[in-house]
Amino acid sequence: MNAGTKFAIGAVLIVGSVGWLMASGIKETGQYFLTPSELSRKVATDPSFYNVGMKVGAHVVPGSVVREVATQTLTFRVTDGSAIYPVTFHGLPPDTFTDSVEVVVEGRLQPDGVIHATNVLAKCGSRYEAVPKA
Amino acid sequence: MTLLGGSALWLALLLGVWGAIAGFAGGRTGRPDLQRSARHAVFAMCAALLTAVFSLEWALFHHDFNVEYVAAYTSRNLPTFYIWSALYAGQRGSLLFWATVLTIFGSLAQLLTAGRHRVYLPYVAAVTTVVAGFFVCVMLFAANPFDRLPYTPLDGRGMNPQLQNPGMVFHPPMLYLGYISITIPFAFAMAALLSKRLDADWLVAIRKWTLLSWLFLSVGICLGMWWAYVELGWGGYWAWDPVENASLLPWLTMTAFLHSVMIQEKRGMLKKWNLALIIGSWLLSILGTFITRSGVISSVHSFTQSGVGYFFLAFLVIAGVTSFTLYAKRLPLLEAETRLESMVSREASFLFNNLLFVGIAFSVLFGTLFPILSEAVRGTKVTVGPPFFNLVNIPLGLALLLLTGIGPLIAWRRASLPNLRRQFAVPSTAFGFTLLMLLVVGVRDIGALLAIACGGFVAGTIAQEFWRGTTARHRQYGESWPLALARLVGRNRRRYGGYIVHAGIVMLFFAFAGMAFKTETEATLRPGESATIKSPYGWTYTFTHLGISQYDALNRLVTAGTVEVRRDGKRLGLLTTEKRQHVDALGRSTFEPSTEVGIRSDLREDLYVVLGGVVNGSEQAVYRFTINPLVWWVWYGGMVVALGGLVVMWPGGGVPAVKRAQAGYMVKLVGKT
Repeated sequence: MNAGTKFAIGAVLIVGSVGWLMASGIKETGQYFLTPSELSRKVATDPSFYNVGMKVGAHVVPGSVVREVATQTLTFRVTDGSAIYPVTFHGLPPDTFTDSVEVVVEGRLQPDGVIHATNVLAKCGSRYEAVPKA
Repeated sequence: MTLLGGSALWLALLLGVWGAIAGFAGGRTGRPDLQRSARHAVFAMCAALLTAVFSLEWALFHHDFNVEYVAAYTSRNLPTFYIWSALYAGQRGSLLFWATVLTIFGSLAQLLTAGRHRVYLPYVAAVTTVVAGFFVCVMLFAANPFDRLPYTPLDGRGMNPQLQNPGMVFHPPMLYLGYISITIPFAFAMAALLSKRLDADWLVAIRKWTLLSWLFLSVGICLGMWWAYVELGWGGYWAWDPVENASLLPWLTMTAFLHSVMIQEKRGMLKKWNLALIIGSWLLSILGTFITRSGVISSVHSFTQSGVGYFFLAFLVIAGVTSFTLYAKRLPLLEAETRLESMVSREASFLFNNLLFVGIAFSVLFGTLFPILSEAVRGTKVTVGPPFFNLVNIPLGLALLLLTGIGPLIAWRRASLPNLRRQFAVPSTAFGFTLLMLLVVGVRDIGALLAIACGGFVAGTIAQEFWRGTTARHRQYGESWPLALARLVGRNRRRYGGYIVHAGIVMLFFAFAGMAFKTETEATLRPGESATIKSPYGWTYTFTHLGISQYDALNRLVTAGTVEVRRDGKRLGLLTTEKRQHVDALGRSTFEPSTEVGIRSDLREDLYVVLGGVVNGSEQAVYRFTINPLVWWVWYGGMVVALGGLVVMWPGGGVPAVKRAQAGYMVKLVGKT
C-alpha cells in the first residue's frame, strides 16, 4: 500500500469523524426555535411537546414584566402578535432586557402553559445599535 | 461637509470602475499606460475615501446631529475618546471604514511589492478596486453614512454603553484589519490565476500579507474575548455566538494555509489546496462582515430591513462563483511536482493538520448557518448552541493540539525509526508526567486531562527544539547561552517564531481546560451579609456585601456595590461592581443599564463579581459570584501568539534582501495600530 492510499484512509477517517461528530451533535443538542404561534400549533397537534427543551423568539408584551429582586424571579409574557405565553425565569436577565425588546427564551413549556426559562437572551446582538424611538 | 463626503463616495465609485477596467485590460494586454492608470486609480480611490472619512469624522466631532449617523451613534456628552470610534460603531460607518482601509492596503501593495512580483500588480489593482467599489456601492445605494435627517435633533442618541470600553475601541478595527487585509492575498491569488503565473512566486509575494492578516485576526479575536469577558458580564469569553464564529472561520482557514504553504514551498505539493484556502478565507471574511453587519442569523427580520444583506449575499454569490470558475479553469496548471512519500513524514502531519483545521471550520460554519439551513430544508428552525460546538470541536481541537506537538518532530519526506525514537522521548515523557501529576492532584475531567497533557507534550516538543538548537550553537560557535538562544531565534525566525505561536496556543488550551472547573453562585445580600463559594483549588471564598453607593459620572448614573473578599478567612481586598444607567445631556435615560464587572485576576483563578440589581429603596443587592479558573492564561497566551507572529514577520534574518523593504513597512503598520 503506498503512502497516498494510506493518507486517503486517514483523510476518510478524519472527514468521517467530523461528519459523525456533527450529526450526533445536532441530534443531541439541536433545539427547536419557534414563535409563540408555532409553539401553540405544535402543542395542539402533539401533546408530548410539553417539557421539551426549545427556544422561543418573540416580543415581550409591554408592561408585563414583573421583577422580584429579592427572590431573583422574573415573570413576563411573550407574543408574536397572535399567541401569548407567560414566562418565568430565575436569575439575572441580561442588561439589554426590558419590556419592549425582542427576546429569545430558552426553556421548557410546562403543561400549565407557562414557559419555564433556563436562559433569556435579549435581541440586540451583533449590531449594538440604539433602538430607534418609534 | 456631508456634501464633500457624499461626492467623495461617488468619485471613489467612478475611480473603482476605472481601476477595474484599466487593471484587467492592462494585465491582459500588457499596455504600460493602462497598468499605470490602474495603479493610480487605487491611490486616487484611497484619497477619495480618506476624504469621506475625514468629512464623517468632522461631522462627528462637530456634533452635526442633522446627519443621521452622527445622531444615531454619538451625543454631546460622549467622551472624545469614543467619538473617534463612532466611525465604526454603526453599520454605515464601518462600511466606509472597510472600503477605506482596503484601498490603503491596496495602495501599500502597489507601492511596496518587490520588482519581480510586479507582473501581478495590474490584476491586484483591479481586484482591490472591484472589492472596494462594491463597498462604496452598498454605501451609496443602501446605507449612506452621509444621509441627513429632515430635522435636527438637539442631541444624539449616544453610543451603546457596551461599546464604551477601551477594548471596543481597538477590537473592531483589529478584526476588520484582519478581514480586510485578506483581500490582498486573495487579489494576488486571482492575479496568479489570471496571468497563469502559478509557480511558487506568487506565494512568496503574499506570505507577509497572509501573516499580517492572520496576526490582525488573532489579536482582534483575543481583544473581542477580553471585551466580552469584562463588559458583557455573563462570566465567560466565548459563547459560540454567530458573530464570534464569523471571526474564527477565516482565522482557521488562514492558519491552515500558513501551514500548508510550507509544503508547497518545500515540496511543490498542494498547489490547488492552497489556492482554494486563500479564496475560501477571503469569502469567509466577506461572509463574516456580512454576518456581523446584517444580523441575518439572529433574525431574518433585520436582514430584510436594511437591504445591505441582499447586496452582500449577491456579492458573495457572484464573487464565489467567479473565483471558483476561474480556479477550475486553471486546475491543469496546478499539478503537484512531487508525491507524498510516507505517512510518517512532516508533509503527512501537515496534511492531517490542514484537514482538521478545515474540518473545524466546516463544522463551525455549518453550526452557525444551521438555523437558516434547517428552516429552508425542513420548514422548522432548529438551532444549535455551545453544547454542539463543544461536542464537535473539543475532540477535533485536542487532535489538532497533539499534531502541533507531533509535526515538528517528524522529518520531511520520510522519518526513520531511530529518528522517531530520538525525537519523541522527551515530549512523550512530558505527556506522561503531566497526566500523572494531574491525576495525583485529583483532576478527573477527561477533556481537561487530555488538553493539559497534550499541552505538556507540545511544550516538551518546543522546549526540546529550543534546547537542541541553543546547545548546538553554544558548542559549535562557543556563544554564551543567552546569545546562542537569541541568534537561534534571530536566524530562523519563521521556525522559532512558529514555535512561540505554538507555545501561546498551549497556554490558550490550558486556559480553555480551566473553564471546565468554573463555579458560580447567586445571592441576595443585605449589607453585612456574606456568600461563600468553594474554589476548585479547595479554598473557601467569602464575599461580604458592604453597601451600595450611587453617584453621577460624566454621562451616566452609577450604582456601585462593594464586597469584601476573604480567602479561607484571610482578607484579600475589595471588589466593586457597577450598574450604569447612561443619560443624555438633558438627564434622560438612554439605553438599558449596563454592567461593570468586578474582577480579581491571578495566575490561578479569576474572581468575577456582577451586581444584578438593587432591591428598590434599600441597600439589599443581588450578586452573582463566579470563579473562573485560569482565565489569565487566555490573555497572556494571546499575547504570546501575537509575539510569535511578530517574530515570524520581523524583517531581515533568513529573508532575502529583496523582501526586506516589503516586510519593514508591515511591521511599522503593526506598531501603529
